[in-house]
Amino acid sequence: MRLLDLLFPERRNTAAVARDRLKIVLAHERASRAAPDFLPALQKELLEVVGRYVEIRDDMLRVNLARSGETSLLEINVELDGAVIKPVGNGNGSGRTRPAPPIVVAKPDPGSDPPWVKPG
Amino acid sequence: MAAKVIVLTSGKGGVGKTTSAAAVASGLALRGHRTVVIDFDVGLRNLDLIMGCERRVVFDFINVINGDAKLNQALIKDKRNDNLYIFPTSQTRDKEALKRDGVERVLDELKASFDYIVCDSPAGIEHGAITALYFADTAIIVTNPEVSSVRDSDRIIGILASKSRRAENNQEPVEIHLLLTRYSPERVEKGEMLAIEDVKEILSIPLLGVVPESESVLRASNTGTPVVFDDGSPAGQAYLDAVARLLGEPRELRFLRPERRSFFRNLFGRA
Repeated sequence: MRLLDLLFPERRNTAAVARDRLKIVLAHERASRAAPDFLPALQKELLEVVGRYVEIRDDMLRVNLARSGETSLLEINVELDGAVIKPVGNGNGSGRTRPAPPIVVAKPDPGSDPPWVKPG
Repeated sequence: MAAKVIVLTSGKGGVGKTTSAAAVASGLALRGHRTVVIDFDVGLRNLDLIMGCERRVVFDFINVINGDAKLNQALIKDKRNDNLYIFPTSQTRDKEALKRDGVERVLDELKASFDYIVCDSPAGIEHGAITALYFADTAIIVTNPEVSSVRDSDRIIGILASKSRRAENNQEPVEIHLLLTRYSPERVEKGEMLAIEDVKEILSIPLLGVVPESESVLRASNTGTPVVFDDGSPAGQAYLDAVARLLGEPRELRFLRPERRSFFRNLFGRA
């Protein structure tokens, strides 16, 4: 058997590799094709609203729509780990509400760790 | 019977759309159905060559859309079969010349005199390909057992489900069939090529036919004779089987076993 293997080295079943790669890439592409057009706009507006109260980078908020059968699940993840709470005067007794601070959506700091790295 | 519009489409180029459109249209005509095959590949006309009528083209699809010629001036009657007509496209214009309302008007006119209108789509997912599939009742997805072809087929299936007229008007969806071409049972057996079951499972659409890789396809295009007119060709037989299934007749799949050639045939024989 060993000798046979040496003489006729087993060739990889490349068709199986092709099938597995296709299954993965198509699952991904079908999911993104099914995503409605409003998700990027929703993400942008949510960032603006949250950004009024908390300093937030635009990679700290993720919007995702998952479907399974009849149910759709809109998933919004906001990461606030280490975020700075902005001082906003709501009901501070002065009788007038201050205007909301201008919308600032901070860009990710190139020097900092990406958001998926837990601070050590 | 109401005329049926069948589109052959694939996303990817070079998988055998025009060969298959010519074969399916010829097969339908051989079965006695009045059939016209239209070239939607504006600017890259090739159906005329595959059908062997390239020297008879005077007016084309775009001339008729623009009202510069009458339909019966542009349609070319096939010399082998009385039921078969070829509708060539323009070689000089660009794909934007395919105006959707013009195409609709021409198709409606064709529906009055034909049973089947077979549309040969250009590759890609741009204007020409979308126009070719827009009016389809039935789509035949021409796919090679190869990763890029399967991926592009999946994309086109998605487009049929969202951008066809039937999808836009919330009608019954386009009937979608898989036609697997350039299939090599020898390579599948060696584990070098995706098998029928793999492609069926990944795309999850019903299988219309499997056309084996065959030398007769090149011979057919060399001479401008659709491969179904070659009686001895496995590819031609496979296309005729596919046409029978399209007409609702069950047929066993054939030509899926690796050909065992005898020692003497290898020495003296020809495929």
